[in-house]
Amino acid sequence: MFRILMNKLSTIQSHGFHTTTCLNEVQLLTRLRVVDNSEIGKRAMAEGKPPKVICVYNKKRVGYIGDRVMVAIKGQKKKGILVGLKQTQKVKVPKFDSNNIVLIDDNGTPLGTRIHVPIPTILRTILKERTHAKGADYTKLLGIATRFV
Amino acid sequence: MSIVIRKSTIDILCAAKWIARRDCRALSSVPEKVDIGEEVKEKVPGHKPRAHNPLLEYRHVYPEFLPDPNPKWRNSLREKMERADMLKRRSQIDIPEFYVGSIVAVTISDPHAQGKTNRFVGICIDRKGSGLRAEFILRNVIDHQGVEVRYELYDPTIQLIQVLRLEKRLDDKLYYLRDALPEYCTFPLDMDPEILPEGTPVPLNPVQVKLKPRPWLERWERQELKGVSNIEEHLKEKDRVRRELRKTPWEKYDLMKQYRKTIPAEDQSEIWNEVYNQLQQMRVSRKKMSRKRTFATPKTQLA
Repeated sequence: MFRILMNKLSTIQSHGFHTTTCLNEVQLLTRLRVVDNSEIGKRAMAEGKPPKVICVYNKKRVGYIGDRVMVAIKGQKKKGILVGLKQTQKVKVPKFDSNNIVLIDDNGTPLGTRIHVPIPTILRTILKERTHAKGADYTKLLGIATRFV
Repeated sequence: MSIVIRKSTIDILCAAKWIARRDCRALSSVPEKVDIGEEVKEKVPGHKPRAHNPLLEYRHVYPEFLPDPNPKWRNSLREKMERADMLKRRSQIDIPEFYVGSIVAVTISDPHAQGKTNRFVGICIDRKGSGLRAEFILRNVIDHQGVEVRYELYDPTIQLIQVLRLEKRLDDKLYYLRDALPEYCTFPLDMDPEILPEGTPVPLNPVQVKLKPRPWLERWERQELKGVSNIEEHLKEKDRVRRELRKTPWEKYDLMKQYRKTIPAEDQSEIWNEVYNQLQQMRVSRKKMSRKRTFATPKTQLA
């Protein structure tokens, strides 16, 4: 009898669907926020049409900090680097309230000239690792950052 | 019929237990105001020689010294070794007393920029974990962008933990600041520390924040938050009905649940006896040092 009661109570509490919080992963069709002052990025954000991810360039297809993504922005394909994530981060890595992106071209040169939000310092190491001689130079992005956290 | 009998016997048992253990098992790792009041009343006419009981004070000041109450994770040897390591670390660096709601500045050495340090200021929105894994989360809004950083309390790369404003808030966890208007968690990075006169109790900041309109990250209306002022504005009739349905008013009478969440007083006194002397010594020496510094600074300025 007690067991029946317990079962009833537990069903009331759980309702049979999961109630875990969402992971906030950056994956296909996630909307991002452009944080540099490039013309296309500014206009897209002002119109209320933030870019969508159409490809994450890694094996897992889930974007982590410093990953390169391709986005659809104002009917164009552009590449960008994730510079801040909503997802729960490791210790000492900042977690942001929005998924931030800085637009770059194929050589790694940022399209804008200034980033107006803080940038995590761990990107210095990550982007240095991703940059190879004669390849794209992603560390140019660090030069236009205004503040590191 | 059988239920009735069982229930009544359980009730009697619970009541008996409650009466029997009331004096020795009312302490918890989770701060509970009711407990404190009772304890203090009991202790005042008591015959204890020490003026203040470290049990009452230290479980709030050093919550990370109490292990996780889950019996699956208890291991007395590991806990003892961790405590020794924590004391060693505390002898190296001053880890001040702070609470959820205090504004804290943390300086860490930054491995990503050579020979440089990284300082972050923010309001502590949560403290969790125990032992060497104790951690806290700081939140701030920098350049209109909400930023949160999680730090481990005993991280060897931490160079300085500075409490800029020591205070408590109305709630135990301040995750609702993520959905609040940004001015409630915006703090300048060059904030000056506010010094409280010695011996004053930690002030409680009764500020009530305003939430942004929905969607929210969590269902704040179901959590009985005291620090939110405008939660009813954003609710529909449906939400109010569901909040009523989901209420669990019986949980405060659940003695077993409370017991499982807390460390018994006997275990706590063992722990505090082990670390009390060293912590007290560190406190005294730190005080002396700070006094020396306050005397020294005007001389250098004059010269």
